[in-house]
Amino acid sequence: MFPNLDKLPVYDNTGVNERVQRFCTRSIKKSSKTAGLKLALSMIDLTTLEGKDTKGKVQQLCYKAMHPHDSLKNIPTVAAICVYPSYVGVAKKALQGSNIQVASVATAFPSGQSALDVKLSDTKFAVDQGADEIDMVISRGEFLAGNYQFVFDEIAAVKEVCGKAHLKVILETGELDTLENVRKASEIAMYAGADFIKTSTGKIQPAATMPVTYVMLDAIKDFYLKTGKMIGMKPAGGISTSKIALQYLVMLNEVLGEKWMNNNYFRFGASSLANDVLMQLVKAETGVYQSINYFSKD
Amino acid sequence: MSRLDINKTYKLYIGGKFPRTESGRYYTINNSDGSLIANMCLASRKDFRNAVVVARKAQNAWANASALNKGQILYRIAEILEGRKEQFITELIVQGETKKAAQKEVEAAIDRLVYYAGWSDKYPQFFSAVNPVSSSHFNFSTLEPVGVVSIITPEEQSLLGLVSVIAPAIVGGNTVVVLASESKPLTAISFAEVLNSSDVPGGVVNILTGNKTELISHMASHMDVNAIVYCGKDENALKEISELASNNVKRTIFYKKSDWENNLCESPYFIEKTQEVKTTWHPTEI
Repeated sequence: MFPNLDKLPVYDNTGVNERVQRFCTRSIKKSSKTAGLKLALSMIDLTTLEGKDTKGKVQQLCYKAMHPHDSLKNIPTVAAICVYPSYVGVAKKALQGSNIQVASVATAFPSGQSALDVKLSDTKFAVDQGADEIDMVISRGEFLAGNYQFVFDEIAAVKEVCGKAHLKVILETGELDTLENVRKASEIAMYAGADFIKTSTGKIQPAATMPVTYVMLDAIKDFYLKTGKMIGMKPAGGISTSKIALQYLVMLNEVLGEKWMNNNYFRFGASSLANDVLMQLVKAETGVYQSINYFSKD
Repeated sequence: MSRLDINKTYKLYIGGKFPRTESGRYYTINNSDGSLIANMCLASRKDFRNAVVVARKAQNAWANASALNKGQILYRIAEILEGRKEQFITELIVQGETKKAAQKEVEAAIDRLVYYAGWSDKYPQFFSAVNPVSSSHFNFSTLEPVGVVSIITPEEQSLLGLVSVIAPAIVGGNTVVVLASESKPLTAISFAEVLNSSDVPGGVVNILTGNKTELISHMASHMDVNAIVYCGKDENALKEISELASNNVKRTIFYKKSDWENNLCESPYFIEKTQEVKTTWHPTEI
């Protein structure tokens, strides 16, 4: 069902920024901070999306996903590994026996500038290789030109090819210019069948920002109130420190509430965040500031 | 009509910027008659942590800058300091020095910078060696900077002491996080302004003001700090630093001297203290 885009809430930047600023000033004391850090770790989609990726790099990342830091007891693994379709098979094999999901970007990532059947076969290849989750990109050009139906149909078509795999829809908010557009794109994605909506590819600056994520969370809330369906959220790119991650979790809790506070409904698309979280966890345990040299590469 | 006083806000110097302490705390520096000279930032361990992050980020590029370039930049610091001599003399007098002593101290500090600027392309030759070995190898040893160094500067001679410990560390390609004299911190922050206008890349020198007892344990224990310089004689501090530094085999350098004007306080051996020797074996025959 195509959403009604005429009656969406209006966002003014100043208001959203002020609201977001308030999430960043919460005082989080030690035990909740440790719990928050562990939660953040369990929500990470450990990501490598580079032209220079190799089988070895992906295997290393999978090992990191399963063994974030063995000398730390009682820490979760990350939620998923996120790779290009060509490495889904490698990741799937490397992660055998763990609960870690394999996510694959698809649909001519990151630009999305290709024909629909190419995008569909890209998705099908990833799914056939065993991807549990598909991160697709929307056609921003068509969206900005006002062809909302085109964008909607494309998402619906990809969703169909996904089958059992979860679909995350990347809006690439850095190219959508306004918060209204972000809200519109979120609506289109959710009504077209997205299981998750995701901010960015990580290839465009700015990537995930708190104001943009706030608008998307707000859209998820309204969608839930209207349809009863819970959509997940994945900010991706630019979230590299524990401090920022905790601020996102505060925002998540205050906008959507506890039901969303797990990795079925919230993910961080990041690579260097994992080690920063681990360093903070060791710091919390030992009281000593840590060096990246003592943590395995991610 | 008389003008209003325009007093300087003394802040921290981290990553080429002058932020206030994240903790929002301050302490006061008073005249001998009890009147207020300035409010200083009371830096927290988080300020120290932030400084280490930027120092680490800046270290590689600084180490890879050419010797000539590092020397030029040190000389530039001396030039700018020379131009602001009067300001520093005034500040030292406010902190309780006599005019004569203040002038002498500022001039010695400038000369010391020039001294180490000159060593920038010479100390590697001074300390490197081709080593005799009894196999067909070419074997040579060269110096590399240890990395990030935390420095607790002398309490007295707050400008000259500070310059005397920073200069040999940075000329060797290290980046530093410095805790200024607790009782006489004004010149340290004004010196940061000199650094900031002397082409010293942000993050190479970071200067904090605050409480020694509070910060020393973190400066000594931080796993991403490679060496710690402590100037002073407090036996408890020496013991604490030695113990905590052992966690990551941090190099400890202790200076117990009290007169930094002495010529013995400038030597290429002070550069060598924050250097690591790398020895390479290279086959000479096939």
